[in-house]
Amino acid sequence: MAAVSLPVGIPQGQSVSAVKPAARPAAARRVPWRTIVLTVVALAGGLLMITPFVWALATSLKPRGALLALPPQLVPAEPTLGAYVEVIRRFPFLRVFGNSALVAVATTLGQLVICSMAGYAFARFRFWGRDALFTLYLATLMVPFAVVITPLFIIVTRLGWADTYAGLIVPGMFSAFGTFFMRQFFLSIPKELEEAATIDGAGTLGTFVRIVLPITGPALATLAVLSFMGSWNSFLWPLLIINDRDLMTLPLALSTLQGMYPGQTQWNIVMAGTVMATVPTILVFLLVQRWVIEGVAGSGVKG
Amino acid sequence: MYERGWRRYGVIALFLGPSVIGLTAFTLLPILSSLGLSFTDWDLLRPPAFVGLSNYRHLLGDPEFWRTLRNTVTFLVGYVPLVLTTGLLVAVLLNASIPFRQVFRAMYFVPVVTSWVAVALVWKWLFNPVYGLINSAIGTLGITGPAWLFDPNWAMVAVILTSVWKDTGFVMVIMLAGLQGIPREYYEAASIDGASRPQGLFHITIPLLAPTLIFCLSISLIGAFQVFDQVYVMTEGGPAGATMVLVERVVANAFSYSRMGYASAMSWVLFLLIFVVTVFFYRIRRWQP
Repeated sequence: MAAVSLPVGIPQGQSVSAVKPAARPAAARRVPWRTIVLTVVALAGGLLMITPFVWALATSLKPRGALLALPPQLVPAEPTLGAYVEVIRRFPFLRVFGNSALVAVATTLGQLVICSMAGYAFARFRFWGRDALFTLYLATLMVPFAVVITPLFIIVTRLGWADTYAGLIVPGMFSAFGTFFMRQFFLSIPKELEEAATIDGAGTLGTFVRIVLPITGPALATLAVLSFMGSWNSFLWPLLIINDRDLMTLPLALSTLQGMYPGQTQWNIVMAGTVMATVPTILVFLLVQRWVIEGVAGSGVKG
Repeated sequence: MYERGWRRYGVIALFLGPSVIGLTAFTLLPILSSLGLSFTDWDLLRPPAFVGLSNYRHLLGDPEFWRTLRNTVTFLVGYVPLVLTTGLLVAVLLNASIPFRQVFRAMYFVPVVTSWVAVALVWKWLFNPVYGLINSAIGTLGITGPAWLFDPNWAMVAVILTSVWKDTGFVMVIMLAGLQGIPREYYEAASIDGASRPQGLFHITIPLLAPTLIFCLSISLIGAFQVFDQVYVMTEGGPAGATMVLVERVVANAFSYSRMGYASAMSWVLFLLIFVVTVFFYRIRRWQP
């Protein structure tokens, strides 16, 4: 909301000089007060939002005995890296990390190529059955993943892709949403651009690659962000299709940490794993924050 | 496209082929198979046997199914209004010109990019009845906190609170995009007419934000019907089935009990619910002037 009310829209008939001196001091007195309150509220809420992360970090630095201290220490009395050593010793964490990165990057690249080409076809080509096919694409968007999951599991298993990278990557490369999203973008750019290229004798593929793709950056970035985040954080599908510890992705590996120790869950170790899995995600997010937030907002505005 | 004759079809196949083949194999075929399976009895060992509507009849008479449906609706009724309210409030707050706005937005948004498994684990530990931070904070007020995930009456509340924390940033970002589309002049005109700020919120912000609010409402409803990750990690449907939800039961029936037909039928009930919500909101959006 407009925090600073500028003296715009002065009623006619009054002279500017008559209004200005009256408005200025009042605004100058009021604005900082309001700003301070809003900032304090935003800060309090923001701190509340990051408390769980602080708690996870604090727990991960505690020796086992300190977990049961009452009241719980938000700052560990005797910090130790023991839990991290234990996670690395018991779990191929680097490998798991590599798996997640490989799967997310491959899925994203696949989606970018396949969705942009299909989206372009729906936006620009004229062929028999196009609109019916596109309606079918839209219809699949309504179907929840839970409907698909049982037969999908059987299909992928029959293809021999259980416990393989292909099983993790290939089914995620095709997205009806991504196709729809790219189509909307291509419809928004003027046709004249491509028509000029035809005169030079370029084919459709040549035009697409050399003329259209270079101006598709923002849409591709948005789709890439959504696709990468979806793949990186995906849990249910890897849970079903992967048993091999060497092929586990991060969320899957994390979920096995809590049941890894007989008896009580060792929370310092679980939290150490969580911190190791989360910190790189947060760092990458902070680096490309603008894109991520615009990507999420863009998916909403166009959805 | 400029090619003629057979080359024309070649170009169409090149652009559309991979997408059509992939979506047919990994989406369309599974959808149709699932519908077919829902009319069969299949334990993965013997071939599927056609049983007509028996799975659906069984569902309607299964108290566990009704319990699951009730739990899902409980989640939805708690989660949706809360996350929309917090998301809207934070968006309005961070749309004001205050210092460090970008830093605050990042703070509220970080849970969105974090994986659900990590979030669920951290909150499970936060909700620990004795050693967790939440009950110890409540304890300083002299109140004994509930056993949360161990108490059938409180487990769903814990799952809802965790979900609201995770998704507030998501709703915030979409609402911010909506808020930034409202011209500032409207508020200035209103304040000249003597309107107060809360009046501005109710008479300018909310009406003009209606399409965004409806969008957030529809996607959070559709998402809430499909709640799974947090429940699976935090409670696995427990304690005593208090957090059994639709997707969790579909997965359990299919992959733990090998009741493929029954699981498929349940997933189609979920589809039906989502379909109704989608059509409802589609109508609302069209109806708007």
